Amino acid sequence: MTISAERPTEVATHSASPYSSKKPRGWFSQHLGTALLAAIIGYLIGHWLGNHIAWNYPTTAATGQNYVANFLALLFGVVGWLLGIGALNYPLAKLVGRSGEHEPEEADGISKYFRYSTNHKTVGIQYIVGVLLFLFTAGLLAMAIRTELLNPTTHVFSPDTYIKIVSEHGTIMMMMATSIIVGPLGNYFVPLMIGSRRMAFPRIEAFSFWTFTAGYMVIFSALPYGGFPTGWTGYAPLQTQAGPGMISYLFGFAVIGLGMMTAGFNVAVTIVNYRAPGMTWSRVPVFVWGILATAALMTLATPALFAAGTFGLLDLVNQTAFYVNEHGGSSYLWQNLFWFFGHPEVYIMAIPGFGVVGELLPVFCRKPLFGYKVSAAGMIGVALLSFFVWQHHIFQSGINPDMRPLFMLTTEMISIPTGFIFLVGLGTMYKSKMRFEIPMLFSLALYFNFLIGGLTGVFISDVPVNVTLHGSFFVLSHFHYTIMGGLVFAFMAGLYYWLPKMTGKMMNKKIGLWHFWTMFIFFNLTFFPMFIIGMLGQPRRVFTYAKSLQGLNDFSSISAYILGFSFIIFAWNLMYSMYIKPEMAPANPWDSLGLEWQTATPVPRHNFDRIPVITNDPYHYAEPGATPLVDRGQSSSSSGYQA
Amino acid sequence: MKNGEVNHLRRMGTWWAIASIVLDVVYWFAVGPHITPGRLTEMAKNNQMDFNILFLVALPVLLGVWIFMGYAFVHWSEKRGAPEPVGGPAGAENHRTNVLWISITSIAVLAAAVFGTWALIVDHGSGGGEGPNPVWIPDGASSVQATALAGTAKWAPGTNAPLPVQVIGQQWRFTYRYPTFGNFETPDLVLPANTTVVFDVTSLDVIHSFWAYQLSVKADANPGVNNVAYTETRGTGNFVVRCNELCGIWHGSMFDFGKVVSQGDFMNWAQKTEAANAANTKLLPAFAYTYTPDANGAAGGFYPDGGVTPYSPVETYGAKQPVS
Repeated sequence: MTISAERPTEVATHSASPYSSKKPRGWFSQHLGTALLAAIIGYLIGHWLGNHIAWNYPTTAATGQNYVANFLALLFGVVGWLLGIGALNYPLAKLVGRSGEHEPEEADGISKYFRYSTNHKTVGIQYIVGVLLFLFTAGLLAMAIRTELLNPTTHVFSPDTYIKIVSEHGTIMMMMATSIIVGPLGNYFVPLMIGSRRMAFPRIEAFSFWTFTAGYMVIFSALPYGGFPTGWTGYAPLQTQAGPGMISYLFGFAVIGLGMMTAGFNVAVTIVNYRAPGMTWSRVPVFVWGILATAALMTLATPALFAAGTFGLLDLVNQTAFYVNEHGGSSYLWQNLFWFFGHPEVYIMAIPGFGVVGELLPVFCRKPLFGYKVSAAGMIGVALLSFFVWQHHIFQSGINPDMRPLFMLTTEMISIPTGFIFLVGLGTMYKSKMRFEIPMLFSLALYFNFLIGGLTGVFISDVPVNVTLHGSFFVLSHFHYTIMGGLVFAFMAGLYYWLPKMTGKMMNKKIGLWHFWTMFIFFNLTFFPMFIIGMLGQPRRVFTYAKSLQGLNDFSSISAYILGFSFIIFAWNLMYSMYIKPEMAPANPWDSLGLEWQTATPVPRHNFDRIPVITNDPYHYAEPGATPLVDRGQSSSSSGYQA
Repeated sequence: MKNGEVNHLRRMGTWWAIASIVLDVVYWFAVGPHITPGRLTEMAKNNQMDFNILFLVALPVLLGVWIFMGYAFVHWSEKRGAPEPVGGPAGAENHRTNVLWISITSIAVLAAAVFGTWALIVDHGSGGGEGPNPVWIPDGASSVQATALAGTAKWAPGTNAPLPVQVIGQQWRFTYRYPTFGNFETPDLVLPANTTVVFDVTSLDVIHSFWAYQLSVKADANPGVNNVAYTETRGTGNFVVRCNELCGIWHGSMFDFGKVVSQGDFMNWAQKTEAANAANTKLLPAFAYTYTPDANGAAGGFYPDGGVTPYSPVETYGAKQPVS
């Protein structure tokens, strides 16, 4: 069958409009350097303005801190950053009534990664670097935490420094984790997997990345401002009491929140509207289902965080009283708003992982995905239910006790759709022919870790048991098992699996094995003892603990160092396989049926020379008579399809 | 199933059943009795049992997945290039498996929720903070708040009366007020054995959380809020109190120790402490369920309505501050 006559017309409209053929600019054009420069200038202007406005405010005199200046400095800094990188060129041009210049065609080579790129593949790579930066920064802070906890009485840091490290670790990690899969892999592969030539809103996509990086710098700026003592949860009276680092925290959430909303919106619209002909909802890859569920959560839950952060900023900067009990506000308002975002966020950090392993398992099991619909329903179900469970974070806070049975029920109900994910995994493994490649190992590790993380979640959601476990190391271990054991392992699986497509180079398998096994073993050895530590009565975020718990804490700390080292192995593998001794990847190294493997490598600027017509779902492994995935018309001779 | 073909599911099932039964029994008898928070109070004992029952259910689930995966690794792994399995469309869906799986998980989950709710209600909130308007009140404890506020609450050994104790969190320590003994305030938490204790938890500054670990009590201390938690002591013993909500830089060292002593010993201690503290007690604000620290930090005001209302309106707040 040949592609029908309308298709090429549509192709033409797709490719013609948003890009001009102008070649890129030199060093005097906009890039990372101008962004940094503009951010610094903006920061200084904002700070000057704030001092000019508020130097004689009573609060400035009373506290010695000019919050207005701190806030305006960050605000202008972020605006400067966006101006400097060129994120606002188009909207500003439109604003003054000009037609708005199209973004020029990308430069070749590495310089495009330092620019405001509307190419979803470039943004994907930029996101990889971005999230790894987040991950390694906050990972170093984790090493500092474990060092402090080596001994209950001899301290490496002052309590002040320690609590700031803990807070910064939590905040950066949480914000990193919101984007670790949706950002890099979602942006890069969603269009490829649904047969689209681009994202729905390429400028918004670039905007989301550059806002994300701005948010990183804003949150990090808390440290030079003196840090914030509230943990990543930022509970209110303490928040109101804290110093200027709190401004960075609150404003950082608002900025990253903006990035999350735009990213989620863009991805969701792309998936809904840019699927190739024939890519019906029952043929969409499971990974795309996962990203869609996540994008929906990001779009719908993050506004609560944005509002919560803004209220906090108003409290600190403008002396409003949203969270101040004595003046008619409520500290419970922060808790509710924060967790109303915070719980869906937990699933923003879990569902993409389910999507990745669902996508990878059939490839390495050489079997159709078991229960495709169950899998999609599981992810959508988790996403929906996640809006109805937030009060389980504040069971002991003194909220209305009548609500507890309800939130216990909804929380435990989340186990049902999560169980679907396990049904799909185990069903796919059943009587398969498993190939233990590195991505497969990481995917299987997710099932191992997430099972422990999920089951311990049932304990915590049980209100009577929660009385002992709430706020202890048990909870800490539980969410590290789900986020790190689930999401970060899935991210690694995805990187090992898809980097050959993104870069054309294979990751080294031997170093990869070392990476996997050290990470898997020492992840478990780091966090499993923390369940016991928590049950034995150690609360979170403490710098001292019972002498009898030192053995377990030391065991956990030493394992944590080796876990940290496993990331160095990963970084080494990345360097080695990409630059030192690159090995060219075959067109389809894992014999995948996925659509993304059927374009050329490196992927052409517009992904497909013809929009593919989809005729089947991509999971018909080992079915000789199955309909092929794509009807490529006449140009199919160069197909990379091998299985 | 064709003749001669191995029934994998039956094999796995056998392994799973044996492992589950053996390990569950071992857990129940060898590990379960030592599970935290111990058995110093009724709440602790019941919460320990809840944990153990959940564990009995969780362990077979864990083993089921692990045994399946382990079995699969051993039997169904292949190198690349090996002949591929010919599953056909049958491998992609099995309606019966789906229904079975969803039914089992749903039943387990709903059972856990029903069991948890039941345990929560019969155990009077299980030691968790129920907020200013508790709903699961132990026998005889419903009038304690009113009598404590009126100064008419009484406690004596052998009377079975519940003992109200107020917990006041502040950066970075807990203090305790005993309204049945002239409202004295002390940094020591001493409780009588075999008594229902009503904790009224509040804070003077930021949010703390009163975690009396072995008592199985955990209630956030919110400024301007009275968070009520119940426990019922059994024998005598010592316990740890830790702050469980991040409250600033010295959060980590906000802990102390309390003890449960016999009712007679408690009576002696309380009367002695009341007498010793009498001069100080006179300087304290009248007993109330929430306190508002004076802006100057010294005398400490209080909500004049003694309100159990969590958010006193601005007009009330500070209206009748003691002259300082």
